[in-house]
Amino acid sequence: MNFLNKVLTIVWKDVLAELRTKEMFSSMLVFAVLLLVIFNFSFELRIENVAEVAPGVLWVTFAFAGTLELNRSLSLEMDEGCLDGLLLAPMERTAIYFGKMLGNLIFISAIEALMLPIFSALFDLNLIQPALLLTIFLGTLGFAVVGTLLSAMAVNTRAREVMLPVLLFPIILPVVISAVEVTAGILDGLPLGDLVHWLRFLIGFDIIFLVVCYMTFDYVVES
Amino acid sequence: MDRGLRLEDLLNWLSGLTMMGALYLVFLYAPTEATMGHLQRIFYFHVSSAWVGFFAFFVTLVASVAYLRGREHHWDIVAFSSVEIGLTFTAMAVITGSIWAKPTWNAWWPWHQEPRLILVTILLLIYLSYLILRAFLGEEERRARFAAVYGIVAFASVPFTFWSVRWWQRLHPVVFERQGTHLTPSMLATFLFCLLAFTILYFTLLLHRSRLAKLADEVAGLKKRLRLGEGG
Amino acid sequence: MIQIQDLVKAFGHNYALRGVDLEVAEGEFLTIVGPNGAGKTTLLRILATLLKPTKGLVRIDGLDLVSEGREIRRRIGFVSHRPLLYGDLTAEENLYFYGRLYDVQPLEERVEMLLNLVGLEGRRHDPARTLSLGMQHRLSIARAIVHDPSLLLLDEPYTGLDQQAMEMLRQLLQEIGQGSHTVVMTTHNLERGLELCDRVAVLTEGRIVHQAEKACLTLTDLQQAYWRHVEEQIDKGAR
Repeated sequence: MNFLNKVLTIVWKDVLAELRTKEMFSSMLVFAVLLLVIFNFSFELRIENVAEVAPGVLWVTFAFAGTLELNRSLSLEMDEGCLDGLLLAPMERTAIYFGKMLGNLIFISAIEALMLPIFSALFDLNLIQPALLLTIFLGTLGFAVVGTLLSAMAVNTRAREVMLPVLLFPIILPVVISAVEVTAGILDGLPLGDLVHWLRFLIGFDIIFLVVCYMTFDYVVES
Repeated sequence: MDRGLRLEDLLNWLSGLTMMGALYLVFLYAPTEATMGHLQRIFYFHVSSAWVGFFAFFVTLVASVAYLRGREHHWDIVAFSSVEIGLTFTAMAVITGSIWAKPTWNAWWPWHQEPRLILVTILLLIYLSYLILRAFLGEEERRARFAAVYGIVAFASVPFTFWSVRWWQRLHPVVFERQGTHLTPSMLATFLFCLLAFTILYFTLLLHRSRLAKLADEVAGLKKRLRLGEGG
Repeated sequence: MIQIQDLVKAFGHNYALRGVDLEVAEGEFLTIVGPNGAGKTTLLRILATLLKPTKGLVRIDGLDLVSEGREIRRRIGFVSHRPLLYGDLTAEENLYFYGRLYDVQPLEERVEMLLNLVGLEGRRHDPARTLSLGMQHRLSIARAIVHDPSLLLLDEPYTGLDQQAMEMLRQLLQEIGQGSHTVVMTTHNLERGLELCDRVAVLTEGRIVHQAEKACLTLTDLQQAYWRHVEEQIDKGAR
């Protein structure tokens, strides 16, 4: 359980730092709302279109805001050389992975929680449903699992902000497809039985990539 | 040195001969397909290219794992050489797929009718990203390490991408389905021979590209020694 | 305490360390001096388990560096020229964070003691980014010794400090050095380097070229030896 302690310590640190400045949070929120506005005008969203476009708009917004968060989270460690501090500690390197991953998951979920009521109001749809929330959680988990690993790599390259989406988006496409399909299905009122295979798919993705990513994280952070 | 040269010669000759054989089979031996006519012949090259692309990325996976275990430089060379070759063949698959699609669906990029086009495009993007990642990393050891990790993660995503695109396509069916092509025995034989020829070509290209990369490394090392000798 | 035999570190074709042999006894304060690019930071980072050796043997406190890294990390503290502090966390919270990572018990008392030791008890509730560079360095040292390591590694700790900050740092290191801690410090400031140490080693071009007990050495002696060796290496390189 010492491992869990170390993981939670890292999460505590990230949450504390963010609560102090609220930098990441506010920029993500502003960005997400901006995206909504842009989509509104690009698609000329009127009530008739809304149900069709909503799932896609939702997930594109989450994905881009999430990328912002991932970049910020690892940048903080790298910029002050703090990653060394973590590497010096007598713990398994995978504790760093799980700590950062949980932190990312918490922050992205927090923004999603804020955006959902705004989306619901703007689109005049009920987005606060248990099945939908589960899907959002599973999708965000997949995003955080892969994103934490890839952001650790991207942050070391010369073009870090561009590198992360380039690396991440092709890999998590299955998550986006599944999430959009389930979201659309739920909003269309499809029975859950029809959608359950997508959810199983998401769970499979999350589990497999959790294993792949935590096993390879060591190779990314070592020197 | 002698033994290495012989392998290269052997592969060169083998791929030359098998490719010529494949061309003969595809254009002269295989019968013309009933519904699509001569256009269908591109199918042999399209599928073979896609197969080589996929196989190349599998080789990258194996080389990436091997590199992380042993940190031997030649595995890194195999990994990225395979990506380059894989990308080339995947691009060929996309182009031939598009050529096939246009007369069939009257569209260069029929998303709904040919989900495989989407899958192949994603593959292209993933492995382009691999090369971009390498391009933006200066330090040798880190570049090889990161590329190896990405090679593993990228390949792991392929089955998921395949299935999600498949299911997505089934949800958005088109009014009429493409009629399945039935392969006569001679067509099947041509097809299999094509696959073989392309696979041999892949290994030949891999050998050449790896050799080239090794030589480039040696030149870089020599340049460095020269520079350090002159400076100091 | 530390045994290094024939340590080689290569980054691709670039050899940062070309066969270093060094021994540091327990409780000793060793200063390593050398010009930029000599390999001082590389050597220290290897000792801190942040880098792996390409070849050679390194033992710290009897433990092998490559296979028992985790256990070694429990016994070492590392101060780099970057403070390794989280700017948005207060001084106190930074120490709590690292204390938890090192399983320090009892934590509150230890943090209290450290803040007093480095003279920052008045700024404990201030975010680390509001502290001056000198204060950040002092906090960084507190961070490095939060778990009372037997070996302290300092990489150019005087870099970027003004005279007053340097003096405070010197006093702090003196206090720490007087204890049972083993200290290895790198610097290219010969004067500061000689002040507190028991022994000096000169590192250039990836090799230790000179070692001397401080008792047998004055500053002038050191300067002469240093420049002689450094010039020798430069000449060798030119040929």
